[in-house]
Amino acid sequence: MRYEAPTTINAAVKLLAGKAGVARVLAGGTDLLVQMRTDRIAPDLVVDVKRIAGMRAIATGAKGFKIGAAVSGAELGEHKALRKAWPGVVEAANLIGPKQIQSRATIAGNVCNASPAADSVPALVAAGASAVIAGTKGKRTVPVETIAVGPGRTSLKKGEIVEAILLPKRPPRSGDAYLRFIPRSEMDIAVVGVGVSLTLDTKGVCTAARVALGAVAERVLLVPEAAKALIGSKIDDDALARLAAAASAACRPIDDKRGTKEFRIKIAGVLAKRAAQAAAARARGK
Amino acid sequence: MPLDTQIDPATHKFKLVGSRPLRPDGVDKVTGRARFGADATAPGMLVGRILRSPHAHARIRKIDTSRAEKLPGVKAIVTQADFKDAKGDQDVVCNVMARDKALYDGHAVAAVAATDALVARKALKLIKVDYEVLPHVTDVDESMKPGAPLLHAGMITEGVEPPPKKASNVAGRCEFGHGDPETGFKQADVVIERTFKTEATHQGYIEPHACLASVTADGHADLWVCTQGHYMVRNVCAEILGMDVSRLRVTASEIGGGFGGKTTVFIEPVALALARKSGKPVKIVMSREEVFRASGPTSSASMTVKIGVTRAGKITGAFADIRMQGGAFAGAPTSLGAMSAFACYDLEHVKAIGWDVVTNRPKQAAYRAPGAPMVAFAVESVLDELAQKIGMDPIELRLKNAAKEGTQSSYGPKFNRIGLTACLEAARKHPHYTAKLGPNQGRGIAAGFWFNFGGQTCVSLNIGVDGTVALAVGTPDIGGSRASMCLIAAEELGIPYDKVRAIVADTSSLGHNDISEGSRVTFSTGLATIQAARDAIGKLCARAAKMWGISPEAVVWENGYAKPAGSNAGNFEPLSLAAIAKKAAKTGGPIAGHYEVNADGAGVSFAVHLTDAEVDPETGRVQIKRYTVVQDAGKAVHPSYVEGQFQGGAVQGIGWAINEEYVYGKDGRLQNPGFLDYRIPVASDLPMIDTVIVEVPNPGHPYGVRGVGETSIVPPLAAVANAVSNAAGVRLTALPMSPPRVLKAIDEAAAVKKRKR
Ligand SMILES: Cc1cc2nc3c(=O)[nH]c(=O)nc-3n(C[C@H](O)[C@H](O)[C@H](O)COP(=O)(O)OP(=O)(O)OC[C@H]3O[C@@H](n4cnc5c(N)ncnc54)[C@H](O)[C@@H]3O)c2cc1C
Repeated sequence: MRYEAPTTINAAVKLLAGKAGVARVLAGGTDLLVQMRTDRIAPDLVVDVKRIAGMRAIATGAKGFKIGAAVSGAELGEHKALRKAWPGVVEAANLIGPKQIQSRATIAGNVCNASPAADSVPALVAAGASAVIAGTKGKRTVPVETIAVGPGRTSLKKGEIVEAILLPKRPPRSGDAYLRFIPRSEMDIAVVGVGVSLTLDTKGVCTAARVALGAVAERVLLVPEAAKALIGSKIDDDALARLAAAASAACRPIDDKRGTKEFRIKIAGVLAKRAAQAAAARARGK
Repeated sequence: MPLDTQIDPATHKFKLVGSRPLRPDGVDKVTGRARFGADATAPGMLVGRILRSPHAHARIRKIDTSRAEKLPGVKAIVTQADFKDAKGDQDVVCNVMARDKALYDGHAVAAVAATDALVARKALKLIKVDYEVLPHVTDVDESMKPGAPLLHAGMITEGVEPPPKKASNVAGRCEFGHGDPETGFKQADVVIERTFKTEATHQGYIEPHACLASVTADGHADLWVCTQGHYMVRNVCAEILGMDVSRLRVTASEIGGGFGGKTTVFIEPVALALARKSGKPVKIVMSREEVFRASGPTSSASMTVKIGVTRAGKITGAFADIRMQGGAFAGAPTSLGAMSAFACYDLEHVKAIGWDVVTNRPKQAAYRAPGAPMVAFAVESVLDELAQKIGMDPIELRLKNAAKEGTQSSYGPKFNRIGLTACLEAARKHPHYTAKLGPNQGRGIAAGFWFNFGGQTCVSLNIGVDGTVALAVGTPDIGGSRASMCLIAAEELGIPYDKVRAIVADTSSLGHNDISEGSRVTFSTGLATIQAARDAIGKLCARAAKMWGISPEAVVWENGYAKPAGSNAGNFEPLSLAAIAKKAAKTGGPIAGHYEVNADGAGVSFAVHLTDAEVDPETGRVQIKRYTVVQDAGKAVHPSYVEGQFQGGAVQGIGWAINEEYVYGKDGRLQNPGFLDYRIPVASDLPMIDTVIVEVPNPGHPYGVRGVGETSIVPPLAAVANAVSNAAGVRLTALPMSPPRVLKAIDEAAAVKKRKR
């Protein structure tokens, strides 16, 4: 196995594109190293992206935030402006593992690892986040929800690297929230995860919403029907009940050691309701 | 002081026993200096790795190691062929290395020793095993059915008359009790019968099994190992390897948890076999996955319990049918389960039957009070329901039927002095019992019993030239016992706690010591320490007598000094231990006390647990909000470590009750061999566990000590189940009470209610 730590994105792309066999990007390594140690993957080349210029920075601009792909969860949590604009995204990213993992794990890694249960992904999808991808043919920007296509599989082509995650600027009276269901209180993997982002008008009526579900399908799902239940409502009980029903209806989970199909479908509705209430409370400034 | 001096622990003023000094092993443990199993090293050491069956049940047609042997760096490979002449318990031998069949997912089939971990891993991949996959069974009830896949062609159920003619997966049947439950049920106003299930759980010790073996060319061997019983390891390994016991010296490392799971051998005979074959030291460290797949979790259980009571709260009859699977070999703790089932109560008509069943799972090992927690879950759940049916306070119902001194126990012997009533009363008086509950909360109580054991113990107490003391014990310290032993020795000798240092000696330094199990250490090693100290005191008095030129009978030992027994003996300044030790060379040489015993008289112990659980009615998620343990310790030598045992048992029980379980797939493979999906509680899952130490002295121990390590895990499954059932408004009869299971029960109960309306 070869290990490389290039300092430019072009060099990284070149290394990855040029290598026959299995090549992998290394960000925090909190998934990759575990997979290597347990023999699930044996890469011929590992390209560490942490030394690439800009990869560890959070830039704030007119259009929103640009989060370098090697920024750790802990660094996200320490960024005040980001926390204020996207508390749901930050709380989701900060749920990933204990302190040791937080100081390494990245949201780009969380996205690219393509686990359906990844915690930051439903929050990012609900937030309308996109990813800047660098490849041999230049750069492209895609919605986060298009990256994972199934468990452990992404739409990234050979040589492609996620360079940054973009979060849009927030209109006033907006709020987001992420909730996951786990049997324990921490150190666990989501049985269901729900991200909700919404905006209210001055009367408290919801004008825009996005709802995303994790761990209920082969990848994180954006559920427009669930968002529709909220838009035009004051996030009242009726709307919440419709939201729950739409969220449950969108699930296509499997039975596994972490929960039954039936259970996941039900919990998706319950959590969607609770996440929407939390997001609405934030939008109302509470 | 005569050896058998019995003090009255209830009135005796102890100077040190009952205090809470720092543990002698504490600094090493918090600074990382302590040496655990995997810390052992030796020059030229090889890495040992084990190849394990990916199948739940398969005939091994052939094992081809030829390609692995040719790999540079591979120094030895062992398979079943290397163990075919092994003597001793053949179940253990066959569990250590599969014979003609792999009996569970994770069963060892071959092992390599190589120069490094990467070579060893590669070598395992080059070993080709030709398997014929067979049908498997992992559930206890399924395994008992006629036509279930048979694990052992020759297994004829023991304990059934006449013996069955056909082989089955039922290894044995046992029965305990007296009177006739049917007669009892006729006298009852209310009878409840229910069936319960519990899943297999793992002890969850943080330290994986690890050992380092070294065998010399002339057949002497050393083994460093993390175990609860290095004498057992020595005896079993010597037998398997065909060695003289005295040629194998075993040293126990510090232990990162055992809870019963380190009372047998898994990797040790394999490491020795590889070391012998390669001529080099071999270290094996299990991965976490191996620990889950191939060490010894406890049994899963299926149980039917029937109890009858009168309106006045008298239990008139009790019956239990207990079915446990103990993995691929006989030995599920069904008899201990059946014996303990109704031990808390004074009953006229009682019967418990146990069935020991084999399945395609790893061979079970002891887990803290083996067999008792599951059965207590069933029995105490039914009692809770009965109390509700007759409108009686659940503690009152238990008090009305509590076993006392002189009660004929359900498993045979008459009880000596016991503390169940005292525990129940302390629980009833505790503020927790009357505290207000919040919404969606429920309270549960349960009682529990454990036998406690004594056993073979040998202790040496060596007095140094400066009068400080080195105490050598042979029972690995799994719960702070070195601190307790130092307290006891210092108490007897009348010297400060920090003038005694206790070590766990290797197998060549002391006579045989049984395993640290059965809550026996503070009781038996404590007893042997008291007697070894008194033996030393006798010698110290004799030396003082010699120094004074008077008769030894004329000297007494008081508060760390030899003194003339009275004015007739002469007028001499008292001599301290240090003063006598200083002159030892001139008065007869080194001074040491010894004691060897097969300790009898371990007092049984009881506990009562109280807990409040909150259930999220929309998700079925359970949170434990409050927890109180009340338990009889007889005499708490080091109260902090007694409390630690109380809390630890409660925490493991909480995990067992709500989230821990072995999950098997349809293919018979373990789905969750890691702490991510095998969910032991994390700190934030738990409230502070409150403790109350009750002290009803055990007449079988000079200080009244009873074992405390195991009783604390007996009531929690039931206490939590009662709390959750009361919070959810529906009786939960299967563990773990994981969110999907609780939510389903809530939804089903709601559906039934709706239909009735
Ligand atoms: C103890 C522990 C607890 C955990 N808890 C959680 C949890 O609660 N929730 C959760 O969701 N996850 C959890 N995880 C999983 C893991 O920490 C997260 O998925 C994390 O976000 C991965 O980020 P990373 O930077 O470490 O990724 P890495 O391991 O470096 O990479 C993950 C994958 O993505 C690829 N990759 C990484 N960065 C890029 C990039 N820029 N471009 C293209 N491909 C890339 C890698 O090649 C690899 O395949 C836990 C892991 C551990 C060990």
